[in-house]
Amino acid sequence: MKSFCNYIKSIVLGIWNLLLGMKITMLNFLRPKITEQYPENRGKQVMFERFRGSLTMVHNDKNEHGCTACGICQMNCPNGTIKIVSSMIEDAETGKKKKVLDKYLYDIGTCIFCDMCVSSCPQQAIAWSTEFEHAVFNRSKLVKQLNNEGSTLKVKEKSAPKTEVA
Amino acid sequence: MFDFSVVTTWIDELLRVTLGLNNFWTLFIEFILIGVVLLAVYAIIALILIYVERKICAFFQCRIGPNRVGKWGLIQPIADMIKILLKEIITLKNNDKFLFYLAPFFVIVGSILTFAALPFGLGLHAVDFNVGIVYILAVSSLGIIGILLAGWSSNNKYTLIGAMRSGSQLVSYELSAALSLMTIVVMAGSMQISTIVEEQSDMWFIFKGNIPAIVAFVIYMIAGHAETNRGPFDLPEAESELTAGYHTEYSGISFGLFYVAEYLNLFITSAIAATVFLGGWMPLHIPGLDGFNAVMDYIPSVIWFFGKAAFCVFLQMWVRWTFPRLRIDQLLKFEWKILMPIALVNLLVMAVCVVVF
Ligand code: SF4
Ligand code: SF4
Repeated sequence: MKSFCNYIKSIVLGIWNLLLGMKITMLNFLRPKITEQYPENRGKQVMFERFRGSLTMVHNDKNEHGCTACGICQMNCPNGTIKIVSSMIEDAETGKKKKVLDKYLYDIGTCIFCDMCVSSCPQQAIAWSTEFEHAVFNRSKLVKQLNNEGSTLKVKEKSAPKTEVA
Repeated sequence: MFDFSVVTTWIDELLRVTLGLNNFWTLFIEFILIGVVLLAVYAIIALILIYVERKICAFFQCRIGPNRVGKWGLIQPIADMIKILLKEIITLKNNDKFLFYLAPFFVIVGSILTFAALPFGLGLHAVDFNVGIVYILAVSSLGIIGILLAGWSSNNKYTLIGAMRSGSQLVSYELSAALSLMTIVVMAGSMQISTIVEEQSDMWFIFKGNIPAIVAFVIYMIAGHAETNRGPFDLPEAESELTAGYHTEYSGISFGLFYVAEYLNLFITSAIAATVFLGGWMPLHIPGLDGFNAVMDYIPSVIWFFGKAAFCVFLQMWVRWTFPRLRIDQLLKFEWKILMPIALVNLLVMAVCVVVF
């Protein structure tokens, strides 16, 4: 008798659990779908802020960047993605020699978006943009120059506090 | 309500009287016509079901589903079909070629034979004889021969395991399905499908038969679902264990036939459930409400039939995309320890009800 009771109980319980499962899927079925429809929402859709789309160099409105051409990012990059072309110039006032950035070349074709460069840069001169449409028609177009044409090094205030590098 | 026998008798008259053909040729042409129409409807339903399945599956998983080919992805199944037709048929070494190529036809013929016996509407009923239910049960289990042959002739362990599982599953669940249909046969007093539908003109069996009919409906839906090898009962083709089960080795159109037959079996199970339990093409009639009944009669019978079938199809898809796959021992235990005893008791209760009331 007892086992028969258990049998009936297990059936009722089973049906109840199955119905519970079906209720959950039905709620999902009726839920509005949030899938992004990509080419249609082009321009409207916002990428999340930490998305590593493409490396960029931060320029302020005076067309100045913060890169001192120290080469740390180039050394840290596991793929040789970054190439820094620099030259030595003599400072007109002090007569000291100084390295300035000519070209910051970034080959997105070999970049693995590991963030080594950005996190190691002592000047926070480079950052990620969330742009993700990288398709081009030939490989040489994948190499981008990150510093703007005619940009110069930002003049730093003398007592700028040292920033922690994460 | 529009009676489709007007059309069929018109064609018959046309052939016999206007064209003056003799009996043989009239029947010959009519059979061919019916065959072509059935095949066309079969293919169209398959296309629609493939689309609907993909869409509904996507919605259950909080996706959108096909939405690129045509408006809302409506042309997707046609694109799929063209793709499958263009694919190469890969020939295997060391297998039984004859049985290998024969197997998909067994599956598809089994399902077309069942399909032909469905009453699609008032006067739209190709195969109707006095043991219709037995016929349906018999030919719908023909497909298993194809599955076993496919598994055996592919000479591959996955297909063989899949086919064996399918065999044991079908043999077991066929019983519950038949018993639950018998419950309704007891109530209707006939095995002829047209009579069963006529009997429901005042009220569908699922309402008329009270609890035994509802239990039988649920059991039939579960057993029928298991017979289509879908959803939680998809052991024969469990892709995570057996790649694709019995049709692993098939490609191109022979795979397409298995694929189409699977979807059509889904439809056929739903259509039989709709016919036997939900009144087939019979509109919803409530005794006493004559105005309501008259309004219901304006809806064409074909729409009633396909509407009810669609409802059952949706139920099956809902189940399929909700539950995880069973193990083989759970599957058989479920049938022999739970479904079958309940179906038997249910049949008894129904018989007692019919005799007493
Ligand atoms: S980007 Fe930063 S790390 Fe790289 S060279 Fe410029 S200052 Fe140095
Ligand atoms: S993200 Fe990594 S791979 Fe890409 S440029 Fe920076 S360091 Fe190199």
